[in-house]
Amino acid sequence: MNVVFTVCRKEILETLRERRTLASLLLGPLFGPILFTLLINVMISRNLSSIDEVLEVPVLGAEHAPNLVAHLRARSIEPLAHHDVKDVEQAADLVARGVYDVVLVIDDAFDKDFGTDRAARVALVFDRSKSRAASRVSRLRDAVDGYGRQIGALRLVANGVDPSLSQVLVVDELDVSTPAGRSALMLGVLTYFLLFATLTGGLHLAIDTTAGERERKSLEPLLTLPVARSSLIVGKMTATVCYMLASLALTLVAFTIALKQMPLEQIGMSSTFGFATAALAFVLLAPFAPLGAALMTTVASFTKTYREAQTYLTLVLLIPTLPLAFATMLNIEPAAKLMWIPSLSQHLLITTLIKDQPLTPAFVALSIGSTLAFGALLGWLAVRLYRREAILG
Amino acid sequence: MIEVKGLSKSFGAVRALDSVGFEAKDGRITGLLGPNGAGKSTCLRILSTVLEPDLGSARVGGIDLKASPLAARRVLGVLPHSSGLYQQLTGRENVEYYGRLHGLGEETLATRVDALIERLELGGIADRKAKGFSQGERTKIALARALVHDPQHLLLDEPTNGLDVMATRHLRDWLRELRGQGRCVLLSSHVMQEVEALVDELVIIAAGRVTLTGSPAELAQRFPGRSLEEIFVDAVRSSERSAA
Repeated sequence: MNVVFTVCRKEILETLRERRTLASLLLGPLFGPILFTLLINVMISRNLSSIDEVLEVPVLGAEHAPNLVAHLRARSIEPLAHHDVKDVEQAADLVARGVYDVVLVIDDAFDKDFGTDRAARVALVFDRSKSRAASRVSRLRDAVDGYGRQIGALRLVANGVDPSLSQVLVVDELDVSTPAGRSALMLGVLTYFLLFATLTGGLHLAIDTTAGERERKSLEPLLTLPVARSSLIVGKMTATVCYMLASLALTLVAFTIALKQMPLEQIGMSSTFGFATAALAFVLLAPFAPLGAALMTTVASFTKTYREAQTYLTLVLLIPTLPLAFATMLNIEPAAKLMWIPSLSQHLLITTLIKDQPLTPAFVALSIGSTLAFGALLGWLAVRLYRREAILG
Repeated sequence: MIEVKGLSKSFGAVRALDSVGFEAKDGRITGLLGPNGAGKSTCLRILSTVLEPDLGSARVGGIDLKASPLAARRVLGVLPHSSGLYQQLTGRENVEYYGRLHGLGEETLATRVDALIERLELGGIADRKAKGFSQGERTKIALARALVHDPQHLLLDEPTNGLDVMATRHLRDWLRELRGQGRCVLLSSHVMQEVEALVDELVIIAAGRVTLTGSPAELAQRFPGRSLEEIFVDAVRSSERSAA
């Protein structure tokens, strides 16, 4: 035990003195919240634009359909007074180049066809791959459709027919997502940042344990000391876990502060992410640190140099994203049979936490227990690998 | 006292050691001499319990390495081929770290470290980070580190490598002093002139085998009219011929 403590203390001290490692320790906690703040702000500004903003749209052939244009104006869609669109091809070109999000082209024959048995034509020119424009396009489409329906209903009345006859179905939409639930989708990315920061916090020390010591030729004299190799590596992994937990704590604090600054309510979302939630999140995520430390140490023990280890461990950093990607794609709900999968279980629990739903104690126990068990298993493997002669390279 | 009997070790198809046997007595400096790749480092690595032999046995101070490696490490001080200091720790911290891992109490440790720093004239660099040390300073600190637990036996792998004339002279003085204290010193080298003046016993090793042993005086008697260097070269040549 004494040996474990001595090794752990020395590793923490040594790492603390190295500028490179301290920088990488701070990278995770800063990178996540900054990127996240940007992401949220972009989303917020996009959502707000579709609600309040006057949407300015170049309209070609507005003179053919003054009533339609008036209808659009009443819905805060303002035809641009001056624009350089001459025909449909040019409109397509301008949209493709990103000059406009959407262009409304009113057919030359609109006023002739309108009021006859021929349908009058309009065209919407837009780029579906541009998700930023999607809300504007659908706003304009809804407004144009609404005009068509309104005129259609008036015509039926003029012919003595009840317009509701033509309306076979009424679809009522009931969105049951709570404000906190809506923010969960975005905040779900949070788990990834948190796990990522946890791993990067221990990256340097995990490499240093084997590849680093070997490269600096300090491993061989270390192994001539009258201490069990298992104590040495357990001491080193303990130091790694300490740094990972520090990184996780820093990231959580940074996120808590960042989220408090964000105008989430403005888009009908609420974030319950206070310091109490952050503390609970720390407890849920902490068991991932020993697992990550053991995993990184095991992988690094196969490599010859610091650089080689870095290359492999960059891939290891992607491992926790796999379950998260599946969870987001398949919209997985928390279930007992998923709680034994490390990183997925943490993701589901953190998501529950953010949605402000109650945590199931059994799920929490299963997640923590299973993650620690996997960590112990990998830790045992790392110790076994450290005992090989080949560890000297 | 270090006793080595029939040590063999292969790395894949390469036979690094082939039934190597010799003795290194207390109060003597024994030189393990051989060309590069002769198996000197492998031999010392087995003695420092970092590697295990395929065959054969070795005892350090009567302790069998295979049976109780931890006990053997307590009576061994090792100066490896590269000093391998921790760059971010000071010289003193490097020595202290090893002392703690040897299980020394804080008081004993402080006394030992101070004494070593004084004896090895490390006062000027002891509290600087190892990052900027010269080769000579690194070797000094590594030697202090190897001696921190007051071991009876000392293994040194090519200790004069990269040292300038003054540092080499200092090192020789310390080794003689350690011998004077009755310790068993085993060092390896590939340069005959370097060890000629220093060692009491020579073990010449080539192509993984011991080809010649004896004190420099004995060898000079057995091969009259030939310098130690010529004896060394002849021994290496004949051994390499028989191996091929």
